[in-house]
Amino acid sequence: MKIKVIVFPGSNCDHDTERAFRNLLDQDVEMLWHKEENLGNADLVVLPGGFAYGDYLRTGAMARYSPVMEAVERFAREGGMVFGICNGFQILCEAGLLPGALMKNACLQFRSMQVHLRVETTRSPLTKHLAQGQILKMPIAHGDGNYYADHITLTELVDEDCILFRYATPDGLIIPEANPNGSIFNIAGICNKERNVFGMMPHPERACESEVGSADGLTLLRSLMESLELSTQPRLAKVASL
Amino acid sequence: MKARIIVRLKQTVHDPQGEAICQTFHHMGYSNITHVRQGKVFDIEVDNATESETKLLLEEIGRKVLANPIIEEYVIEMGEES
Repeated sequence: MKIKVIVFPGSNCDHDTERAFRNLLDQDVEMLWHKEENLGNADLVVLPGGFAYGDYLRTGAMARYSPVMEAVERFAREGGMVFGICNGFQILCEAGLLPGALMKNACLQFRSMQVHLRVETTRSPLTKHLAQGQILKMPIAHGDGNYYADHITLTELVDEDCILFRYATPDGLIIPEANPNGSIFNIAGICNKERNVFGMMPHPERACESEVGSADGLTLLRSLMESLELSTQPRLAKVASL
Repeated sequence: MKARIIVRLKQTVHDPQGEAICQTFHHMGYSNITHVRQGKVFDIEVDNATESETKLLLEEIGRKVLANPIIEEYVIEMGEES
C-alpha cells in the first residue's frame, strides 16, 4: 500500500507513524512536506500527531490552510482514505472533513497517559477487523482533546454509526472517570458518513510493541491495512486483466 | 483601516478556562465576580480598502480562520483610518 504521511511544521509523531507503517507493517511510506500540492499515487493519507504551527490560534486552524490540504481534501472528497491521529484529527475537524471540534481539555491539564478505548463499531476501514466492544490500550498526549459536537451533530454521529471509539475503563465501562479530557459522550475517535475519513485522539502508532506498554495500536493499524488491501483488490484485479 | 475582531466561545459551549479564572478571583477575595468567559482579541490593519471592504474582508477571515463556527462566535469593531 502507498501511504503518504503529511509533515507540518510542528508535527512530532510523523516518524513514529512512518516507523509503524514501514518497519512493522511493511508498507510503502512517503513523507510529504505540507507545501506539496500533489499527493501523487496514494492508498492512504495519514495526518500525524504533533503541534502544527505551534497550535497557535487553535489546534489545526492554520495547518488546515497548508498547501497540501487542498490535495488532501480533494482526495477525501473523491473517496480516498484519510486518517488523522491526535493533531491530525484536530486538523481534519478544522478542515470540515470530520464533524465537530476539539477543545481544551476540560481539566485544563495536558494529559499524557495510557487510556482504554472501546471499539463502538466495526463498520469502518480502521475497525473492520476488530470486534465490537473490543478494548484497546494506547496512550494519549494532548492538551486539546475535548471533542465537542452540538446536539444535532452528535445525534447524526450516533444514528450513522460514526463513533469508532469511546474512552472506557479496562473492563469496557463508559463512565466519566474513564474520560481523560471531557469529550462529549466519551468520544475518542470518529469517522465521516462516507466512512473514508477517520480520526482519533489516542496514538496507535505509539502502541505498536509490548515494550512500550501496549501493542494494541498495531492491531488497529493492521486492521486498517487489511481493509485497504480488500478495498484495492478490485482495482488490482482490473489492472491485471488489462 | 484599523479594526478589531473579538472571538469568544459560544454561550452554549462550556469554558473551563473562564471558570478557572473566576475561581482564582474568588481565591483572591473578589467574591462578587460571578462569571468569566475568556476570549481572544485580534487587532488588524488593512491597506487600500474602504470601511465596507474592510468589514467584508474581516467577516471572511473571522468565519474562515479566526473563529471556528462550531464552537466560537466573533464580533468586528471598526477603528479609525490608519
